[in-house]
Amino acid sequence: MTSVLYDVPGPRAIARNRILGVITVVVVLAILGFILWRLWATGQFTAEKWSAFTYTNVWVQIGIATLNTLAAFGAAAVGALIVGFVLAIGRLSDHAWLRRPVGAVVEVLRAVPVLVFMFLLYYGLPVIGVKMDPYWAVVIALIAYNGSVLAEVIRAGVESLPKGQSEAGYAIGLRKAGVMRLILLPQAIRAMMPVIIAQLVVTLKDTALGYIITYEELLFYARYIGSQSTYGSPIVPATIIVGTIYILLCLILSYIAYRVERRLRRTHRTVITVDLLDENITTTRAVAVQAGLDSIGGSEGTGGGLRG
Amino acid sequence: MGIITDNLDLWGEMIVGTLLLFFAGGTLALILGTIVGAMRVSPIPIARGVGAFYVNTVRNTPLTLVFFAFAFALPPLLGLRLTGAVSITLAICALGIYTATYVAETIRSGINTVPVGQAEAARAIGLTFGQVMRFVVLPQAFRSVIPPMMSVFIALLKNTTVAAGFSIANLGSVRAYLSERGENQFVAILWVMAIFVALVLLLSWAQQTFERRWKVAR
Repeated sequence: MTSVLYDVPGPRAIARNRILGVITVVVVLAILGFILWRLWATGQFTAEKWSAFTYTNVWVQIGIATLNTLAAFGAAAVGALIVGFVLAIGRLSDHAWLRRPVGAVVEVLRAVPVLVFMFLLYYGLPVIGVKMDPYWAVVIALIAYNGSVLAEVIRAGVESLPKGQSEAGYAIGLRKAGVMRLILLPQAIRAMMPVIIAQLVVTLKDTALGYIITYEELLFYARYIGSQSTYGSPIVPATIIVGTIYILLCLILSYIAYRVERRLRRTHRTVITVDLLDENITTTRAVAVQAGLDSIGGSEGTGGGLRG
Repeated sequence: MGIITDNLDLWGEMIVGTLLLFFAGGTLALILGTIVGAMRVSPIPIARGVGAFYVNTVRNTPLTLVFFAFAFALPPLLGLRLTGAVSITLAICALGIYTATYVAETIRSGINTVPVGQAEAARAIGLTFGQVMRFVVLPQAFRSVIPPMMSVFIALLKNTTVAAGFSIANLGSVRAYLSERGENQFVAILWVMAIFVALVLLLSWAQQTFERRWKVAR
């Protein structure tokens, strides 16, 4: 096996790699050991610190907090997909009077940090007389941001299709709407599915921002239970538990994205490779979309999948 | 405009806070990300595994959770007293550790865009490892890494606002300070949004310029 970086190792390289491997193990063990030592030294393993989590009620509250997180995510995901489609179609329009303003809106929404948008909805709007629940502030801000990112993803997907696709559509007598709905969008969505799901992982991660505007999600509850001195202020155990829940939720969604991508690559190999060989710019843009746009909760191996 | 000119001291302080988080967090992310990226493409299986574990775990962690852990869970663990400097350092570490995963992935996918044949041809004409890297692989990888790397830094710039939720002064927290001074929060937040739009447009313009100039001809 050879890679871009390394030739097949000879005896000296093998010996050196072994030494580096041992060093890696030692460093990792040292870091883990340090963490465990600090956890132990500050008494995080004592029964008192974990006593709060022996009550059913605490776990019921954690369950409710998880549901709150998922409720915000669900509404934001559905909304972002809808808004994403609408904005993408607007941006792909032939009419400049529609395309330009929609483009400007997408650019602005993508440039504004989600948290600042939440601040605007939660703290800013009451000034002009609109009072808003933290839940809706979280959901609307997430829809606005992720919707505009998804719009760009879908647009990139449509534009990466070979020109012959739409030309063939027009040739068989379809109108613009028909070409878009029957020919371009299905292919674009299929090609961009992993990126779309990856963006949904970002949405799920960003629901945690709701903590800052007092939305009662998981972190909010962790902070609450962690400051209860009756249970010995178990902020460290609370962070560990809530963090595990968050990471598990995101990992599940990321795993789905990974599976979808693998299935796509297996069943539609020709379609995708043709796309990427067709136009090199598309590759760079797709990499940028995947690797960059923002928090990119991308799935494993997307970069490798895009090798042109 | 009054809201800005009357509170210039505050806005200045907040912009400095944002820039500090951005540059210090970015530097940390670049260093850590390059190390992890190198681990992920190294020929040592255990290093690859550790790198993959780090990237997959941290990328699936909300940034707010990372900040939360650094702001609330870490100080009691390490016995830190929360002075201003300590809080800012913790915030920079949180941003750096989170962003490093994206830096690592960008570097890895940049190296993956270089066709294997390029390196094989270079080895075939007798170049050493250092020469293969210096003359063939890295110049090509570097060019395809720059545009997505700029996107990572744009995201980092926007992510600095999360620090506002953990009482670190930056543009995201302007709102709270201004409302204490009795200013209109709504207008303040609109100004913050305008500043971010301007900064992000500036960075994406730079990104497009680099991308045009350094496109790999294949």
